[in-house]
Amino acid sequence: MRMNNWLIAPVIIPLLTGMLLIIFQKNIKLQRTLSFLALLAVGVISVLLMVQIKGSGIQTLQLGGWEAPYGISFVGDMFSALLLLATSIVSVCCLIYAFPSIGRKQEKLYFYPLYLFLITGVNGSFLTGDLFNLYVFFEVFLVASYVLITLGGTRRQLRESLKYIFTNVIASAFFLMGVAYLYSITGTLNLADLSLRVAEAGQDGLITTVALLFLIVFALKAGLLLFFWLPGSYSVPPTAIAAIFAALLTKVGIYAIFRMFTLIFYHEPQITHLWIGLLAAATMILGGLGAVGFGDIQKILTYNVVISVGFIMLGLVSSTPEGLAGSIYYLLHDILIKALIFLIGGTVIHLTGTSRLKDISGLIRLRPALGWMFLIAALSMVGIPPLSGFLGKVFTIQGTFEAGDYGFGAIGLVASLFILFSMIKLFMNVFWGETVLCEDEEKGSMKGLLLPIALLTFASLALGIGAEGIAPYVAQAAEELLDPNLYIQAVMD
Amino acid sequence: METLIVILVGILVSIGTYLILSKQLLRIVLGASIVSHAVNLLIMTSGGLKKGSAPLLGEKMAGFTDAIPQALILTAIVINFAVTALVLVLCYRAYQNFGTDDMEQLRGNENE
Repeated sequence: MRMNNWLIAPVIIPLLTGMLLIIFQKNIKLQRTLSFLALLAVGVISVLLMVQIKGSGIQTLQLGGWEAPYGISFVGDMFSALLLLATSIVSVCCLIYAFPSIGRKQEKLYFYPLYLFLITGVNGSFLTGDLFNLYVFFEVFLVASYVLITLGGTRRQLRESLKYIFTNVIASAFFLMGVAYLYSITGTLNLADLSLRVAEAGQDGLITTVALLFLIVFALKAGLLLFFWLPGSYSVPPTAIAAIFAALLTKVGIYAIFRMFTLIFYHEPQITHLWIGLLAAATMILGGLGAVGFGDIQKILTYNVVISVGFIMLGLVSSTPEGLAGSIYYLLHDILIKALIFLIGGTVIHLTGTSRLKDISGLIRLRPALGWMFLIAALSMVGIPPLSGFLGKVFTIQGTFEAGDYGFGAIGLVASLFILFSMIKLFMNVFWGETVLCEDEEKGSMKGLLLPIALLTFASLALGIGAEGIAPYVAQAAEELLDPNLYIQAVMD
Repeated sequence: METLIVILVGILVSIGTYLILSKQLLRIVLGASIVSHAVNLLIMTSGGLKKGSAPLLGEKMAGFTDAIPQALILTAIVINFAVTALVLVLCYRAYQNFGTDDMEQLRGNENE
């Protein structure tokens, strides 16, 4: 038995801090300090967990002392721990960005507690080993995001948030339907126990149907083909919130697809994984067309979120060690880089007061640091070595070729071209060209905004150049995903 | 009995779907709410309807009713309640702001 009480900390710390901060609504200094410290603590703990998991395998915690499969288990495998770490880095950076930019009114309207609840839900989803508990944590971060997306209450926000909320409420109802079906078939909700029972009974047509129902639910949350709600709702909230949404919310859906289809529904890959592959291919193509076609910073960035969701799925489709390692690596890279480009994009809009590419030009003369960091981020997304997107792309494509999915691999490569085109279009329009704006015409000040952007750029560079150091962790995560028995053993005995 | 309830769930889901597809905000909220209730019924049925006595009240009974679906429904109802309350407030705010509750008129990039 490898009980580890640290596993609950990434959920408890932001939750309790958030609840405490509701009381101190007016004291903004305290709110800022405490939420910063809480998120920093979560980051330290996730590093600690990573080291422990590296040393002694998957860690578990049976909540309340109820043994699996009767109680709720928390399970920390390497995949979860890596995602936790990336989440903490991004959440700290976006929080620092929010300090000067979010606005007094929003700060007094419970921005910090909501932000912490969002992180609570995301961390909980990564750690829980129980299907219904996963639903609950999904709802925790969704409800927080419903409020965050409307924070400020402009007309655009209200309009887009209504669509976002209705889409997610319906998706949640389908999630519960899947839970009900799975419970009536197997009689359990513990993920490890579910995996055992599905393997014993064999994944027949009924279970595969339920698997596809789950695929639809998580595809809606992840923006995998069903991304119609995404471009609208990610472009309306304030920059710091949009960045954390783009970095984390779709990734939780991706995590759930990975978990369900490597741990439980892995017996019929010719059906389920083929569907995931088809959805991923369509997502990349449609997202690519969107990114190339639009002439608006926010639209281009949100469609880039969509492309990467499709790309990350390719590794799962191939289900080879290389492919999965590539997906995990790309997932980590994508969490950092999406927050980074959303922060930069938001800063550009903040400076120029418009998001239309036509109206912006030559910003690099005024803001050289911002421009070069954007270029690094853009090249990193395309996958230029030695930046962080490179290894993920290489391994993912290698995995798809090894599995014989040449078509999917080719579409993945074409998607990189779409990314290249759209990001360079953005770079050339925004940063190159004649400088139309002079220093005093800038709509807002840059004070305090550059630090979190620089931190994220540094983290992304470190992930790319320090790939050698991270490789064993990613390899272990891929190995654990490929062998469900490791997960089951850790939970059940 | 289970079959009957499942058919009832189907009817409720179709009513909910019909309401969600309409234009008015309030109807959409009600539709989403009805779908959630239908799903709660489905969870209840998934554990098997009353099979034995109440659990944990004694050890002499031959069979127990499965208590887990009921615990799940309780959680789901609370979450659904909170979300519905939030959505209703938001719809009211949207109605105040836009002067309409017709989703058709909230399309595109106008109203900014």
